[in-house]
Amino acid sequence: MAELKDIQNEVIRQEIGEFIEREDERQKIVGLYANTSSAMHDIAANIILGEHLKVDELTRQAIEGGSDALEVMDDGLIAGMAIVGIKFRENFIFVPEVLACARAMKAGMKHIDPILSASGIEPVGKVIMGTVKGDLHDIGKNLCVMMLRGAGFEVLDLGVDTSPDDFIEAVEEHSANLVGMSALLTTTMPNMGKTIEAFIDADLRDDIKIMVGGAPVTREFADDMGADAYGANAVECVDIAKQLSGAAK
Amino acid sequence: MSLLLERIHQGEILVSDGATGTYLQANGLEPGGCPEEFNASHPEVVRQMAANYFEAGSDMVETNSFGGSRYMLQKYGHGKRVEELNRLGAELARDAAPAGKFVLGSIGPTGEFLEPNGPATESEMYGVFAEQARGLAAGGVDAFCIETMSDMAEISLAIRAAKENTELPVIATLTFDRGPRGFFTMFGITPEAAGEQLSEAGADIVGSNCGIAIDDMTEIISHMRKATDRPILTHVNAGLPKIEDGIIVYPDTPEFMAERMSKMVEAGANIIGGCCGTGPDHVRAFVQAVRL
Repeated sequence: MAELKDIQNEVIRQEIGEFIEREDERQKIVGLYANTSSAMHDIAANIILGEHLKVDELTRQAIEGGSDALEVMDDGLIAGMAIVGIKFRENFIFVPEVLACARAMKAGMKHIDPILSASGIEPVGKVIMGTVKGDLHDIGKNLCVMMLRGAGFEVLDLGVDTSPDDFIEAVEEHSANLVGMSALLTTTMPNMGKTIEAFIDADLRDDIKIMVGGAPVTREFADDMGADAYGANAVECVDIAKQLSGAAK
Repeated sequence: MSLLLERIHQGEILVSDGATGTYLQANGLEPGGCPEEFNASHPEVVRQMAANYFEAGSDMVETNSFGGSRYMLQKYGHGKRVEELNRLGAELARDAAPAGKFVLGSIGPTGEFLEPNGPATESEMYGVFAEQARGLAAGGVDAFCIETMSDMAEISLAIRAAKENTELPVIATLTFDRGPRGFFTMFGITPEAAGEQLSEAGADIVGSNCGIAIDDMTEIISHMRKATDRPILTHVNAGLPKIEDGIIVYPDTPEFMAERMSKMVEAGANIIGGCCGTGPDHVRAFVQAVRL
């Protein structure tokens, strides 16, 4: 079994040692880094530190040096974001730090995206995200979008004030199998249920999985209106998106 | 010193008001509609809301201007009406206020992130807060209540803009959530740090509103109290929203909350009031609880 002390990169070793407390997660993360190159560890470390210029440079170098784009994404960028996600969930870092990490992720993906789309490699999943009709709040939704992209999902962000028709149109046009809805206001929360009903009426409900979130939204409310899953924060959003996209295929 | 601060320094416990949004929605505001626009289109509704809270015993009422910054109003196409809608909001509450009662100019988050987290520059955001504060002052508010904030940089700018552009006292409150390692704002500020830093930023009264139910809020106020000698205000939700038969309800009754308000005062609060889900009945119960 891989051990923490075997990880050569000092930043990664310290980050795991200090911030990943759950034994099962620690094993998983250590495993993630056990057999990857020091160049990938370097990229991941700079994702965690939120150094977007460094990530930009290192990713470009790796690609130019002949590394496989998918490998750089998985072993460098996404491996870094895995630690970021846990630190965020456990209150070691907060929104500003996560935004910096997401900027770093974006700087790296800039070099990866064109290669992946040219080679026709399928993303982990395609997600349609939006704040529901009548609601103009998007901070939480934007965080989820960044974290989903950080986990390798292709995300179409419909923005705020998204009508049921907009959601349906996007699903049809992009043949996405996952829909994420957000609401901050208790008064606009019911529009999540209305959007789900609209998918039923459009005969599309069985083709997609629906996840919901937002400050006033609860698991109970999500179940009540017939959503497939509820996420309390951006990290949970990624976890359930992974589960659902597996289930939706 | 302002009369408001003077009464607190004399040891009085004051009672603020309850929620605004739910009242407006019950009186014709469409879900997703612009609440501040009601100051122009439905002045009677807004004035009556303030009158109801004063009648219930509120010593102070907040203006209907929480989303009255240019950043928020322009999302509804009202970006050119900042001065008008804020001034009207202040005038309506002032109009309903009996002599000796206070009107607090509500200033909520801009919904924008400051550089480098987002596109907003400090000088731009300062200007936005200054514009809103001047509108509220023109309508006759007694103080500002800058509230529901998470980012210390944003709330500090708002405090400074209010202070530099008016002569009025400033109340500044943050919103906390309970996480695995305790209470933090979305930007990672603890209640202790908030008490200290809000005082340093020049707030005359500090505090916390929204986000959590009353027992957690009491704990937050006690942490804050250790870090500041400024007066403390709290606006507490009527619990966390739940769904009952498809309708959203806030579970905490006036009695439930009022029973806990003496603990809130013991924890260090000088002004108590309600946030989401509270109404005049809550205020009536709070007044009973602290006046006994």
